Amino acid sequence: MKHQDADVIVVGGGHAGTEAAHAAARRGARVVLVTLSFDGIGVMSCNPAIGGLGKGHLVREIDAMDGVMGRVSDKAGIQFRLLNRRKGPAVQGPRAQADRNLYRAAMQAEMSHPNIQIVEGEVVDLVMVGDRVSGIVLADGSKIAARAAVLTTGTFLRGVIHIGDESRPGGRIGDAPSVRLAERIDDMGLPLGRLKTGTPPRLISQSIDWDALEMQPGDEDPTLMSFLSNGVHARQVSCGITHTNPETHEIVRENLSRSAMYGGHIEGVGPRYCPSIEDKIVRFADKSSHQVFLEPESLTTDLVYPNGISTSLPADVQEKYVHSIVGLENAEIAQPGYAIEYDYVDPRSLTSSLKVQGVDGFYLAGQINGTTGYEEAAAQGLVAGLNAAGDALGLETPRFGRDTSYIGVMLDDLTTRGVSEPYRMFTSRAEYRLSLRADNADQRLTPLGIALGCVGEERRAVFDAKIDALEAGRARLEAQFVSAADAANAGVKIAADGPKRSLYNLLSFADVGFEVLQGFDPDLSLADEVKDQLKRDALYAQYIERQSRDVERLKRDEAHAIPPDFDFESLTGLSNELRQKLCAAQPETLGQAGRVEGMTPAALTLILAKLRQRDRKRA
Amino acid sequence: MDTIFAPATARGKSGVSVIRISGPEAFVALEALCKPVPPRHASLRRLKYEGRLLDEAVVLTFPGPNSFTGEDVAELHVHGSLAVVDAVLRALGELSDIRPAEAGEFTRQALENDRLDLAQVESLADLVEAETERQRQQALRVFSGAVGAQAEVWRSKLIRAVALLEAAIDFADEEVPTDVGPEVRELLEDVLQGLKQAHSGSFAAERIREGFEVAIVGAPNVGKSTLLNVLAGRDAAITSEIAGTTRDVIEVRMDLNGLPVTFLDTAGIRETEDEVEAIGVDRALARAGGADLRILLHENGESPAIEVGEDDIVLVSKADIGGGDISAANGAGIDELVSRITGILENRASTAGVAVRERHRIAIRSAIEGLESVLDQLKTSPDMAELVVSELRSAIFALDSLVGRIDVENVLDEIFSSFCIGK
Repeated sequence: MKHQDADVIVVGGGHAGTEAAHAAARRGARVVLVTLSFDGIGVMSCNPAIGGLGKGHLVREIDAMDGVMGRVSDKAGIQFRLLNRRKGPAVQGPRAQADRNLYRAAMQAEMSHPNIQIVEGEVVDLVMVGDRVSGIVLADGSKIAARAAVLTTGTFLRGVIHIGDESRPGGRIGDAPSVRLAERIDDMGLPLGRLKTGTPPRLISQSIDWDALEMQPGDEDPTLMSFLSNGVHARQVSCGITHTNPETHEIVRENLSRSAMYGGHIEGVGPRYCPSIEDKIVRFADKSSHQVFLEPESLTTDLVYPNGISTSLPADVQEKYVHSIVGLENAEIAQPGYAIEYDYVDPRSLTSSLKVQGVDGFYLAGQINGTTGYEEAAAQGLVAGLNAAGDALGLETPRFGRDTSYIGVMLDDLTTRGVSEPYRMFTSRAEYRLSLRADNADQRLTPLGIALGCVGEERRAVFDAKIDALEAGRARLEAQFVSAADAANAGVKIAADGPKRSLYNLLSFADVGFEVLQGFDPDLSLADEVKDQLKRDALYAQYIERQSRDVERLKRDEAHAIPPDFDFESLTGLSNELRQKLCAAQPETLGQAGRVEGMTPAALTLILAKLRQRDRKRA
Repeated sequence: MDTIFAPATARGKSGVSVIRISGPEAFVALEALCKPVPPRHASLRRLKYEGRLLDEAVVLTFPGPNSFTGEDVAELHVHGSLAVVDAVLRALGELSDIRPAEAGEFTRQALENDRLDLAQVESLADLVEAETERQRQQALRVFSGAVGAQAEVWRSKLIRAVALLEAAIDFADEEVPTDVGPEVRELLEDVLQGLKQAHSGSFAAERIREGFEVAIVGAPNVGKSTLLNVLAGRDAAITSEIAGTTRDVIEVRMDLNGLPVTFLDTAGIRETEDEVEAIGVDRALARAGGADLRILLHENGESPAIEVGEDDIVLVSKADIGGGDISAANGAGIDELVSRITGILENRASTAGVAVRERHRIAIRSAIEGLESVLDQLKTSPDMAELVVSELRSAIFALDSLVGRIDVENVLDEIFSSFCIGK
């Protein structure tokens, strides 16, 4: 069988692969997406939800670049909640429960892009010309030529599935692992590590006693994932909440030796923030109860995902402990929970564009880089896709900074610090998070997307209109001044003898809303979206100004570029451990070097001294 | 890293002068002048260059990284003659792969090799310059890493507080302790108290480093200069019967029980038509105002020439010719005065903290301000945790600059520009 040659080949049709293929296609690259089966495109293999804290920010950023995850989530969303609603806007994260089937269908529809061709098959090898990837080989021996390739194979690299003391090779349940491709990567000499992740048993909805449970509905006024969406598409549902109890814990404790994890069958490192039920009971022995969310998987099938009880215990123990939980006394298990171990590539061997160092045209994205989560995978897919297309077509390379996006934070964390457990995004990873809000992702990134040519006409028009409205609203508020006495009279908590303030400035007081401003400017009429955004900007304005000074400092360090041929190996006076970490991360700037784990001031000084020495020699 | 050399002792005639060589080629350079020596053993060697005998010297080698700079280090203990030292330096200068050290370069090597942290580098300069026992103790305390250790304790508490707040933000949907406020407040108040102590202690520490000033103030002819001379044990100031003899401020530096103290003799305070004397009076008032302690002298029946401040020592002079507290002429009350001054200054010195420099104080001050506004924020809008964390991170930033974790370049330039060669 002869396949059409491509500019960019994307291997894998999960969250990273679909986003990578679509991003490259938007930039005008001819893309071939190779997947084991067409049906596997857009599958949510873990819990049926998108977004959350940090993760919701990532989805908004992908959407701002005209990526697919946001709008697909909105088509599939069956419950929307804005997390941290009571806290400040910077740490509010939109989250959606998604119907798996709707999600997959919407994602597959997005892949019918004129520039994307989908090929079913197993990629077993890469075609190399010197240090450059020039195509791939499929299991049937056929080859596809391309100028760049993005590998997004998730947990397929030497994946092993564990249910209790039974284990067998496999990626997701039901799929075969890509052993041959893993060997190819071994031959490249890329450093590999081993991680694990777990899933809970899936339950049959009809067998759950919903009446006995506390129900959690979505928000009345749903916050959607995409800047382009106007409303929900699917029927909205509630999730159930229940709890484990001492009996549950006793059952798990008695059977620990039969757990894959505690029976010594698994060596990979799991995430601390998403522990299995075994982990919870061993590590937090004093807690007698843990929360369990019952998330409906679909409007059309009868499956429920009990979030909070992932496990690698044998099926009979799973049944026993599930039945000990209120509301689940008669629950039927459709599919037992399992743990999966897989190889990942140490992301410090990648550049900040997710290209493998030393191999041209070869990009990695998603779980293969040691991350966990759909959103993290998709964001990397976006980056790798944009870069691979740029690489293949000779276009501009995007730069995502820590000060402008969560995507930038993630790329920098991965490529300079590496991972020691599956990497998940949190808002606390972003030191400039007051400026990196979910609601202003479009203002931060859509202009970049337009410059890169990956933003379509519709989004561009919506974005321009929003910016015009915002600017007009802001200008109007900034142009009108009121005396402190008038403001105090109107209920603003300021001293009546203070200086005059603009209406925009008044908005920076936490308890001042537009009803107060309306008193001073009765004709003021702005769209709700514009009002919300202006209020949020004003609220953080003074903090962001201070933060921008820190950003300046960061930029100074970032301005010290470390040349690619800089020899960290020859730095005397560093501990061996630190030298190895630097060699692995190959930081591109002094700022990145400062974030390498275990970095000391003295070591940083040393690198700076060496850089200056080189400059002097050259001068 | 280059190999560098420089004299490690002051220039001038002395029994012994030490020349230090540091860097990867140090031992090669040494062996161009003399036969090899065993490491970390004093060996007597004849230093020769191009067949000429330069000197006979005690030679020591310290293979890196266990040396002051972390590099290979050689020390030549030569006879302390200008000609000998110059001859050896000239010989070293003619060797290849080795060059004279720039100002502070040995210390810089030590810093770059992680042998010293930033505060330790600063205190090394203090240690070399220490004149009194208390200065030595203080410099040594900082040199042994006290600043870094203290900053690390504060830092870890603040990081714990940040972690608690972050957990409440990022895991809002999960079962974190819902109210982290009490523990956060406790941590912050604890660090704030320590910072405030260090801040007030930094003034005393700075005085120990730079010396206390004690001004002798009074009307003309009350015996200020005579008292200074008695304290100094020599005729530092001109004394006469003529009122207004002292015009300028005369300083005498002394060691009071290990504390560096500078006594200031000042012009007598009075209204005067004499232009020069008037300048002297202004100076007297200015210096007295800035001094750490004032001795206000007046004669029996008179009152002090300036307003008496809190800790000021007010004494009636000329006890030998009438009722008084003190007499410079017969020594009455002098020992009591000295021990009273010593007591007051020691009391102040006892509050000295680990922060000893203006740079430290600025960092601590800004951390204090940060923490105060964090605590305020926690009280007024506890829900805005992201703003609380933002403030808290700035406070940690400020502490980080104490040990040089950030803004490395500026701090380094500042430090190394104030350094002198060979230390």
